[in-house]
Amino acid sequence: MEPRIIIESVEFNLILKRLAYQLIENHGDFSNSAIIGLQTKGVLLADRLKKELDKILPKANILCGALDITFFRDDFRRGSKPLVANTTKIDFIIENKNIILIDDVFFTGRTVRAGLDAMLAFGRPASVELLVFVNRRYKRHLPVQPTYIGKTVDSVDSEKVKVEWSDEEGKDQVVLYKTEN
Amino acid sequence: METLSVEHLLGIKNLTQADIELIFKTADEFKAVINRPIKKVPSLRDITIANLFFENSTRTKLSFELAERRLSADVINFASGSSSVKKGETLLDTVNNILAMKVDMVVLRHPNPGAQIYLSKKINAKIVNAGDGAHEHPTQALLDAFSIREKYGEVKGKKIVIVGDILHSRVALSNIFCLQKLGAEVMLCGPATLIPKYAHTLGVKIEHDLMKALEWCDVANMLRIQLERQDTKFFPSSREYVMQYGLDLNKLNSLSKEITIMHPGPINRGVEISSEVADSNQSIILNQVENGVAIRMAVMYLLAAKINR
Repeated sequence: MEPRIIIESVEFNLILKRLAYQLIENHGDFSNSAIIGLQTKGVLLADRLKKELDKILPKANILCGALDITFFRDDFRRGSKPLVANTTKIDFIIENKNIILIDDVFFTGRTVRAGLDAMLAFGRPASVELLVFVNRRYKRHLPVQPTYIGKTVDSVDSEKVKVEWSDEEGKDQVVLYKTEN
Repeated sequence: METLSVEHLLGIKNLTQADIELIFKTADEFKAVINRPIKKVPSLRDITIANLFFENSTRTKLSFELAERRLSADVINFASGSSSVKKGETLLDTVNNILAMKVDMVVLRHPNPGAQIYLSKKINAKIVNAGDGAHEHPTQALLDAFSIREKYGEVKGKKIVIVGDILHSRVALSNIFCLQKLGAEVMLCGPATLIPKYAHTLGVKIEHDLMKALEWCDVANMLRIQLERQDTKFFPSSREYVMQYGLDLNKLNSLSKEITIMHPGPINRGVEISSEVADSNQSIILNQVENGVAIRMAVMYLLAAKINR
């Protein structure tokens, strides 16, 4: 099956703007909040969201970090996931802050579970929310749900949902691939 | 998936350049982990590691144990001095008894060169060589090269002189292999009696004049005189050794450039290196110790990834 574009560029950017406004609705001027992207793709989303937020709140100093979950995975020795971690960069105190964890695609919930664990090594936040660009239904392994959703997509196991970025792949879009099984 | 080409860490000789770079890349992230408020990751929570030390050790044993605990592994310790080895048990029997307690990885230090290689053929556990006689000490060489990389950005093209008791040193041999694989130039410096006869076959420069060696190098790795391994006199007196090969502030300051000083520990202050030099800004001795934990975490993490149950 040909790859199918499920979110095109115009809708993609509208969703980004909407997510930014939703965050502002709950977090005001971000004086006690921070966004943290999960490596690797969540970081791209966090960076883009930060740009949107900076446009709307030019005076706010919004804290933005990157969190790697490699050493916190629950499938170490059980799969073919990469062994080498990406850089974690959180150069602010998360203690007592309201944290928004960010990932591009939400599926089984295991990455977010590992992300929660990895984040706790930096302190105890006041609250944690989850923002995802694509929420894939029907395959949750854990009782975790996102707080903010770009778009919910129905897909089967054998399909792959990929969020593509203009500065990485040349175009802002979300594509559904059929994987060979 | 990037992974090590070996099943055990028996020596640097068996590693490829890509293996060493993978270990360094992983250690970079573990170094960040051990500088966080909570210095622990859960990666090895279902792995049990036995530290078997048939020879004395302070920092290597502590460093391995800390690395294991930082990775959330279960740890058991064994020191030959207080064990049944004294009652005549063989190495293989000792290790098999420990493995019967469901141990996944063995960190072994042994006075006999090749003890780890022998065990790796006999038992079903990952083995990390923590020093075998005067043969290899791979994690020390990795942390030394990692510390040079941290200081200069890369190891390639750097000039490193290893000074002192090369003959009895496992650190020297592992360092030579590791630095050469990473593209550095290596020189050995010491009295002729303490440079092994085969040294010229290792592709290293040999120099007996300390000042010439120091002028040549970017980094000087000062080794300890291993009196416990010397069964005969290799130099007339300690005083003469200190005069010719001991590094003090006068010698260091008389150089035309600033070099970096390393030492694998334990230091004999006033013998191979003076206190002022050991504690100077040019010394990265304590960085080496810190990096040791990160390197050992990386090695055990990458080996544990290869355990199949």
